[in-house]
Amino acid sequence: MGERTVELEVLRYNPETDKEPRFQRYSVKCREEWVVLDALNHVKETQDPTLSYRWSCHMAVCGSCGMMINREPKLACKTFVRNYEGVIRVEPLAHFPIERDLVTVIDDFMDKLKRVRPYIIPKQAKAVADGEYLQTPAELKKFKQYSMCINCMLCYAACPEYGLIPKYVGPAAIALAHRYNQDSRDGGRDQRQEEIAATEGAWECSFVGACSEVCPEHVDPAGAIQQVKIKSTVDWYTEHLMPWLKK
Amino acid sequence: METVKADVAIIGAGGAGLRAAIALAQADPKLRIALISKVYPMRSHTCAAEGGAAGVIKADDSLEHHFNDTVGGGDWLCDQDAVDYLVQEAPKELIQLEHWGCPWSREPNGSVAVRPFGGMKKQRTWFAADKSGFHILHTLFQTSLQFDSIQRFDEYYATELLVDEGRCAGLAAIEMRSGQMRRFDARAVIIAGGGAGRMFPFTTNGAIKTGDGMALAYRAGVPLKDMEFVQYHPTGLPSTGTLLTEACRGEGGVLLNKNGRRFLQDYGMGPETPLGKPVLKTMELGPRDRVSQAFWHEQRKGNAVPTQWGDAMLLDMRHLGEKKINERLPLVRDMSISYMGVDPVTDPVPVRPVVHYMMGGIHTDINAATPLPGLFAAGECACVSINGANRLGSNSLTELLVFGRRAALSAMAYAQSARPAGDAALAALGAAAQARVRELMQRSGGTETVAGLRKEMMHTMEQNAGIYRTHEGLTEACAKLADLRRRYRRIELHDKTNVYNTDLLQALELGSMLDCAEAVTQSALARKESRGAHQRLDFVERDDKNYLRHSLAVYHPEQAPRVDYKDVVITRSQPGVRDYSGGHE
Repeated sequence: MGERTVELEVLRYNPETDKEPRFQRYSVKCREEWVVLDALNHVKETQDPTLSYRWSCHMAVCGSCGMMINREPKLACKTFVRNYEGVIRVEPLAHFPIERDLVTVIDDFMDKLKRVRPYIIPKQAKAVADGEYLQTPAELKKFKQYSMCINCMLCYAACPEYGLIPKYVGPAAIALAHRYNQDSRDGGRDQRQEEIAATEGAWECSFVGACSEVCPEHVDPAGAIQQVKIKSTVDWYTEHLMPWLKK
Repeated sequence: METVKADVAIIGAGGAGLRAAIALAQADPKLRIALISKVYPMRSHTCAAEGGAAGVIKADDSLEHHFNDTVGGGDWLCDQDAVDYLVQEAPKELIQLEHWGCPWSREPNGSVAVRPFGGMKKQRTWFAADKSGFHILHTLFQTSLQFDSIQRFDEYYATELLVDEGRCAGLAAIEMRSGQMRRFDARAVIIAGGGAGRMFPFTTNGAIKTGDGMALAYRAGVPLKDMEFVQYHPTGLPSTGTLLTEACRGEGGVLLNKNGRRFLQDYGMGPETPLGKPVLKTMELGPRDRVSQAFWHEQRKGNAVPTQWGDAMLLDMRHLGEKKINERLPLVRDMSISYMGVDPVTDPVPVRPVVHYMMGGIHTDINAATPLPGLFAAGECACVSINGANRLGSNSLTELLVFGRRAALSAMAYAQSARPAGDAALAALGAAAQARVRELMQRSGGTETVAGLRKEMMHTMEQNAGIYRTHEGLTEACAKLADLRRRYRRIELHDKTNVYNTDLLQALELGSMLDCAEAVTQSALARKESRGAHQRLDFVERDDKNYLRHSLAVYHPEQAPRVDYKDVVITRSQPGVRDYSGGHE
């Protein structure tokens, strides 16, 4: 495998010294197997120690290095430079405030994660001494896919609704709530509904499906959101038209 | 300086830190818990663990088996009272995680499934496909969100512990977002800062694993124990060092040399077992130290497979079939294709040993307490020691749960009786900590760079502190690291601004790694024997007469650390032969 020189155009912004974001060009000699993160690391080590970005695992599981690469939300550690022609433009994730360079402020996402109560609210509490809950592979399969989210927030950067209406709970958080709702050990769905079935919850979604397209872990948040909508519709009918069925 | 008051402050929000935080919140809802981490919790490196967590659960297994596997696997350098505690608490912790929602893989009847792992006599590794650490970390993080008493300080980098009158009374940390120094006054502090694999160039460890937690304790006078024991995982991708889990072999994958021979049979781990029918505790299910060492010998015999990234061996999983690979090892397949261009369904994957885990770390007792009153430690940064000279795969996830909780209970008991340190003393300590960071930030006329020194450190560690070591190589490494520590004081930052300054962060991380690296090489130089992951070409035998002891590296700001020793706790298993031949009982 050979080397080739790649032009990176990286968004730079330091709130202490810059009035507004600007772009900076770097020429990087890249090996064939390099990902964009390798190129950024090379810049930081050999050309510009001031460039700031988040990264850690380099194996698409820690979720740190989400960024816009040629205007698409991507994990920099899984985006190969060999798949690009010409200049590669690297920007911070869309729809989040920029803290500095490629580092975004993610308070809003962290807050939403907490609000959807992403933990088991047991149907029936059980002591550790009583052993594990039984859960068949089929029951596990009902939620496993939605438990794979690495919180990289690519889906928020891709979601047009989140861009327009920042209050929207958004794909990853709704998918995570759905993950717990679908878990055979859980009985907390009613408590999560007020967050995810409200106006700013699943109903805000116009089903563009961009979230599922960009998800590096194939979580399919769009599918989760549609299931939440269906279930809350059933809830509504049950409550209003067939109240005798409720519980 | 802005000050946070806490009952217990935890540094590190990976598996051990989160487990500790939850244990504290559950034990006493009135406790003020400060959870401080240089990254958001879900970025912590626990997420990269793949294979699983060991805990006795099946009818054919016993705590005694788990104890014996662990102690023998650790080449008798484990403290046996601590191992007893680990194996006894392990199943409870893993069931607790199950109750919190961890998506463990299951048997058809709904009970938790277990898989075979290297060096383990029975199947006892609980797993969630090949993303076990990821699921453990996220389960803990999400569970922690229900406790309002856990106050998180994400992206705060702890620069030093505040030690007043011989007690740990808090810490100083930089808030990355503002670049401002914050003081945390705490009645007790738990360090759960992870390992230090990044001092080597070729490692499975993420960028954040720079030994910061170890260095914090070390500089505060707490010895680093057994630092010479660095685990090489046998199967990393040669291109990036990315880990392919031991579960590849647990599920039946085999290792081949360039002639297609399953060479482990030539290194005391034979006879060859039938393809696709792995036998516990032999051949490919031997322990990591032995398998990595066997590769080293093959390489010298010219039996390695050349790749553009250097010599490798082949991990052959083709006979497992596409269905099983997709079900049990989906991440392995994805990464092999992405980073090596090799699909394990159709081709063997080139792999080579890669730095993976620090058996050594902050010296703690069985209660996770360090010799410094008020300071506790758990997880990879700590050395209890349950791993001895070689950790068995799937014991570390268990360790961070068991001892994360243990550290919390010890810290809570201590905090309830400790009198708070005086405000004036803490203010002075905080101001001194701030001044040290400010000096580094503002220094001008420096002649050294972070990237330059880091490269030299990594090079000397790889050359001289790898799988096999010698007196000459280690002496050279010690001299080099002493020189690098001196030159470190002449570093000048390029970036002197405040907001999210990663130039500053990397400089501080380099300082941590240099201190840890020197503890590794000095302890390795002093240990004139071969045991577990520490192999000396000039002292090839294990020497129980002189070295059935833990090393303790004691920090000195100007000079090399002093290396002391402490006896291993042996309760019932006397040192014996580590037999991984198919003939073992």
